[in-house]
Amino acid sequence: MPAFVLSRILQALPVMLAVALIAFTLFTFVGDPIATMLGQEFSVAQRDALVTALGLDQPVPIQFLRFIGNALHGEFGLSYRLSRPVSALFAERAPATLELAFCASVVALAVGLPAGVYTGLRPRSPLSRALLTFSLVGVSLPTFLIGSLLILVFSVWLGWLPSFGRGDTVQLGWWSTGFLTLSGLKALILPSITLGLFQLTLILRLVRSEMLEVMRSDYVKFARARGLRDRSINFGHALRNTLVPVITIVGLQLGSIIAFSIVTETVFQWPGMGLLFIQSVSSADIPVMAAYLLLISAVFVTINLVVDLLYYAVDPRLRAGRGH
Amino acid sequence: MSAIARAWDSDLAYSFRRSPTAVLSAIVALICIVGAVAAPVLAPYNPFDLASLDLMDAFNPPAFMPEGSLAHPIGTDDQGRDVLSAIMYGARMSLFVGVSATAFSLLLGVLLGLLAGYAGGTIDAVLMRIADVQLTFPNILIALLVDGVARAALPRDLHDQIAVYVVIFAIGISDWPRFARTVRGSAMVERNKEYVLAARVIGIGPARIMLTHVLPNVLGPLLVLATLNLGLAIISEATLSFLGVGLPQTQPSLGTLIRVGNDFLFSGEWWITVFPGVALIAMVLSVNLLGDWLRDALNPRLR
Amino acid sequence: MAAPLLEVRDLVVEFPGRRGTLRALDKVSLDIAPGEVLGMVGESGAGKSMTGAAIIGLLEPPGRIAGGSITLGGQRIDNLSRRQMQRIRGKRIGAIFQDPLTTLNPLYTVGDQLTETMRTHLDIDAADARRRAVGWLEAVGIPAAADRVMAYPHQFSGGMRQRVVIALALCAEPELVVADEPTTALDVSVQAQVIALLRRLTREKGTSVMLITHDMGVIAETADRVAVMYAGRVAEIGPVKSVVKAAAHPYSAGLMASIPPLSHRVDRLPQIDGAMPRLNAIPQGCAYNPRCPHVFDRCRVERPELLPAVETRAACWLFDSHAPRERAHV
Repeated sequence: MPAFVLSRILQALPVMLAVALIAFTLFTFVGDPIATMLGQEFSVAQRDALVTALGLDQPVPIQFLRFIGNALHGEFGLSYRLSRPVSALFAERAPATLELAFCASVVALAVGLPAGVYTGLRPRSPLSRALLTFSLVGVSLPTFLIGSLLILVFSVWLGWLPSFGRGDTVQLGWWSTGFLTLSGLKALILPSITLGLFQLTLILRLVRSEMLEVMRSDYVKFARARGLRDRSINFGHALRNTLVPVITIVGLQLGSIIAFSIVTETVFQWPGMGLLFIQSVSSADIPVMAAYLLLISAVFVTINLVVDLLYYAVDPRLRAGRGH
Repeated sequence: MSAIARAWDSDLAYSFRRSPTAVLSAIVALICIVGAVAAPVLAPYNPFDLASLDLMDAFNPPAFMPEGSLAHPIGTDDQGRDVLSAIMYGARMSLFVGVSATAFSLLLGVLLGLLAGYAGGTIDAVLMRIADVQLTFPNILIALLVDGVARAALPRDLHDQIAVYVVIFAIGISDWPRFARTVRGSAMVERNKEYVLAARVIGIGPARIMLTHVLPNVLGPLLVLATLNLGLAIISEATLSFLGVGLPQTQPSLGTLIRVGNDFLFSGEWWITVFPGVALIAMVLSVNLLGDWLRDALNPRLR
Repeated sequence: MAAPLLEVRDLVVEFPGRRGTLRALDKVSLDIAPGEVLGMVGESGAGKSMTGAAIIGLLEPPGRIAGGSITLGGQRIDNLSRRQMQRIRGKRIGAIFQDPLTTLNPLYTVGDQLTETMRTHLDIDAADARRRAVGWLEAVGIPAAADRVMAYPHQFSGGMRQRVVIALALCAEPELVVADEPTTALDVSVQAQVIALLRRLTREKGTSVMLITHDMGVIAETADRVAVMYAGRVAEIGPVKSVVKAAAHPYSAGLMASIPPLSHRVDRLPQIDGAMPRLNAIPQGCAYNPRCPHVFDRCRVERPELLPAVETRAACWLFDSHAPRERAHV
């Protein structure tokens, strides 16, 4: 087990390094940080002082190492646009995004998994067909459009739910939560559905097709031939085998929820990291983009690792190691 | 039997005729495509012709509402532009970017997939590792990054001029791994078949073997992938434009129209955003349904 | 012969399809006596496996039983509900599939799979089931069974896995086992052991076996009687010696002649010209008539029932005693 975890971490390292290199390249070579930070008017002395302060006079490999060192300390420099430390900006925005992503994941899993199992077990029932049509519509609907339509119906026409922002939040240390106030919870509903819907339909379709695949397998047929009861076959044998591939993809999908929140946050003016990122893309705010890239990669790599560990827990073939 | 009759009698055509969804989505897709491609001919107005715009016409509701008129069947926007015409021109832009980006992904994916599958070894390992990493990131994020970098690296005027191609590149580059994987798998299988060895022995080059033997084997799956990818690419473009980092206002796509219309949701002019949205959904949904049907039809095991 | 355990009468299995309905089995009739091993032989697609699947009630949809009857120990089982059939499968009819690599659920230990099967069908507690699971693994010749009961399928070799499958098929002590190509996927070196094991265990318990295989060697060694299938029909059925040595139906005779003899070298094996017809193009009358060397007019018009031949029963007009005609010598 420790060897397995170690090998996974070792595999993740080059990926992180590659992403860091891309982020560093962006940071160092794209745009002109000096000009951006000093504005139009500056003296040569000012310029040189800043170059030294930023370490831009060092050789590139040294700069890269410093970049990584800084990144490990959560230090990404100043935002060109807001002239504030990037780390502080992210710390401020992270709770909003994480709470939204959590709620969206709950929506996606709580509906997607059961619906996928059902449509896999009863592929010909009318409800399955309806769910499948719904899922296709879901895949074809761009997130931003879902958000706009939900706003139109529930905020503009019905006036039930707020159309933007987080509502009232409560400060718990540095974490601001919307879970503790009624307006905070109400504000979460539409964005969570918007963000979760796409993943929901993906999970539904994935679970369904895996389930169909497993139901056709020899061991399920053999389980039938042994006269096992339907419930044991469907949920013991079929579902458990379905979970092996489903965990991987669902894990990655949940990771991408954080990235996809860019769109949802824009639609609902949700004060999270995604909104920060999109504002930095349109104003070419490289430090924020680089930091966001690294952050998202770290999230993905972590999720990948967790997924691998879950995999390991579910599939004995991995646990036995070199049993083959 | 003539070719047409044979095609009509084929399993694929049979399953097409049998599936109301497939027929319906083909019709919708056809309407969207014709409406988009022939926009300059079919659209009632030219939304880019500033001379024809009259602010007196702004915010006209659709014809079925009390103050609507048949002159603008689904209303006008804040500038007095005919929404229907704007949608047709916007769809033209969306379709152009979607098709170009898909073609770019397809080409890149096929080339890299063949290379990886045929060369094997380190090249294969490196390419597939890149593909893996890229697949774990949502394509919209990659497209956003590419677009953001282009914005930072290019002077503003130049960026606006070539924005369309930046978007096509940004979307195309984020979607190649799926094509590459499909092609690679097939290339690896074929590479070890005896006829390929035989062809090599008599001196036929690898490029020719790939094109004449490997590619025909994956045309079906590639077609399915490309169809589904077209829907995705159109969505990606619309998303980028909606976020304000895609196409410039001077070349509006459906996404741009929805973004602009979004500002008027609260003041009651819902048609400015809803109808472009409906057009986008109709286009993407019909393409996706066709792709879905095609996948099932080409893979009878799934039924 | 004692009252048969399994009676299949005029069994018809159909697959409704796009270009009409395919008849995969056409009036198949056969019996298996208690404790008897019936071999089923024939080319791929002749309907051997289909017959087995119909008996255990696991036809792949859209396949369905469209006629005839299947009776097990006096009880009709072809028209039972899902739930009733579940109580028959595993409990009264066991099944062994071809590929042991795919028939065992990879995520459960072999012990769990055995105990689950036994506890579904037998009224025993968990501890008893566990004890019996170890006993079964010993019985099928798994070394160190008490430890291996906790092992997962991937920790066994192919031959060992097939032994586990046999244990699973027999653990609820069924009266009949349908073994569909039980050795085809195994190494030649372990095929004989697995067949010997199956024969020994079923003989000890008095279990009847329907042994589906295309390996005539296995049939000759193992089966008591044999049914030869052709194009979804039984061509001939009878004691294994008679069919092997003196087949009455021209098709079985051709089939037996094409088995290479061990006793002497032959330069060229006899073969039957032509191929088995596709299910949508079965000729009128006897399905074998286009390839039969003894064909006459009646064969092209009227389908022969199973008729008493010399030592067997064969679906061939050559053996119709009621209709005098110029009889070709067989």
